[in-house]
Amino acid sequence: MARVKLVEIAHARSGDKGDTSNVGLIARKPEYYPVLLEKVTPERVKRHFAEICLGGVQRYELPNLGALNFLLHESLDGGGTLSLKADAQGKTYSAALLRMEIEIPDELVPKDSIRG
Amino acid sequence: MIRIANGQGFWGDSLEAPLEQIRRGPLDYLTLDYLAEVTMSILQKQRSRDPRAGYARDFVEMIGRGALDIASSGLKIVANAGGVNPDTCREAVAKAINHRGTRIGVVSGDNILDRLDDLIGRGVALKSMDTGEPLESIRSRVQSANVYFGGEAIAYALAQGAQIVITGRTTDTGLVLGPMMYEFGWKADEWDKLAAGTIAGHTVECGAQCTGGNCQVDWQTIPDMASIGYPIVEAEPDGTFVITKHPGTGGRITVASIKEQLLYEMGDPREYITPDCIADFTSIQLEQVGPDRVRFSGIRGKPSTDFYKVSISYSAGFKAIGALMYSWPDAYAKAKAADAILRQRLDRLGLRFDAVRTEFGGVNACHGSLAGEPAPDIAEVMLRVGVRSNDRAAVERFTKEIAPLALNGPPTVTGLGSGRPKVEEIVAYWPALIPKTEASPEISVEET
Repeated sequence: MARVKLVEIAHARSGDKGDTSNVGLIARKPEYYPVLLEKVTPERVKRHFAEICLGGVQRYELPNLGALNFLLHESLDGGGTLSLKADAQGKTYSAALLRMEIEIPDELVPKDSIRG
Repeated sequence: MIRIANGQGFWGDSLEAPLEQIRRGPLDYLTLDYLAEVTMSILQKQRSRDPRAGYARDFVEMIGRGALDIASSGLKIVANAGGVNPDTCREAVAKAINHRGTRIGVVSGDNILDRLDDLIGRGVALKSMDTGEPLESIRSRVQSANVYFGGEAIAYALAQGAQIVITGRTTDTGLVLGPMMYEFGWKADEWDKLAAGTIAGHTVECGAQCTGGNCQVDWQTIPDMASIGYPIVEAEPDGTFVITKHPGTGGRITVASIKEQLLYEMGDPREYITPDCIADFTSIQLEQVGPDRVRFSGIRGKPSTDFYKVSISYSAGFKAIGALMYSWPDAYAKAKAADAILRQRLDRLGLRFDAVRTEFGGVNACHGSLAGEPAPDIAEVMLRVGVRSNDRAAVERFTKEIAPLALNGPPTVTGLGSGRPKVEEIVAYWPALIPKTEASPEISVEET
């Protein structure tokens, strides 16, 4: 097994609905999707965002897109116009999720990995 | 096949994009999305000061600049530019197009601000979808209230021969679905097709955000962003479609770039609820069918609900945000010291805030402590402090305490070029549901 940051095997986009941020996480290759499904659990994402996300985390699966969608409740300081955050719409939370490190089988490590 | 383009992802988007869309190649429809959730309250305020205001003036300007092309090409245009004053918007557009015989349709009836007391009185509580509280609790502070109508009303206006359709608060997705319903004769219960049109609308509603803009995957190699092409839907009567852009424009459309946009502002992907249908994003099949061409198929939908969503805005206090930039050496330490000094002074003045928030740009403003500790010799750090309160005077006083730090706090500080920060009134958003029996779109088509 090797430790990689999600940014090496996935890309993402995030946005907002009120005080909830959504982070869509997309496998860069189909073979990475089962790894994301197993390792990037809602509990793990809640721990990762503990300082940012004060509410719960929900996860939805989109196997057709090789993607997961996370809802991070109470993560935008009230959201929209109420928020005092520079990132009041959670636009950079996608990248924040890509900081997460997970263990993946050696054969899945991307060839151009900075660790590979 | 019909070609439906998007030329505007929000009010404030590129002024050139819609004209580029018109001029670079044949289109059947140009759609433009001007309304974000907070936009309606801004427009309502403008209208309360001036009864002839309250719509997206950018749209009128665009029509004026493109008038010759629009009149000669027969291109149809659908825009939610009407805001809270769609009839006045139509008059302005008629003047701008300056061509006799142009049929302009208006979809209104979405503005229920004057009906709120009647609705509440009859037991329509308009509870917040976020908190469950009834609207009564903030009734006196409400500034705007608009029902989201869907694509059906737009299709109806097109069926009456409208070349330009101006709406108040319709869904972004309806701007694209409406033309498909009209052109292909889709019925209001063909759920799979309505879902396909809805997903096409979702894909292009943010303009260039599906053609390589704000795209994380391999962003460094996306060509010619300065001339980025905005999206075009090539729609088929069976509900399949291709997302593409004009040849010769910059940007990139791949399965990966499309996936990013599909997930944008997504909730439960199986239950994407619009007034027209419930779309299932887990049914989408994507295929790269050529350079900058992605085909969608397999989309499934379910019957719509018995409710419209209502977007209500209300006054929720005041805020101000100020920033100062500290340079090396000890940039982060200086910024932290300045923050501590500022907070001591605010405390001493006895000012009450609901929230005081400090962020350090260059260190933790985006990702908090996930970003780790900054390098000890970090070149510069931006101190950003925001406060929020129902007491306007307290927020006002804060704006007068941050500026003096430039002279009476830690050294090598700059960034106050534009003076004291401004006090902003907070206009918050109250999403609610209303039974479809309580609101219906009003459609009128007139010839210039």
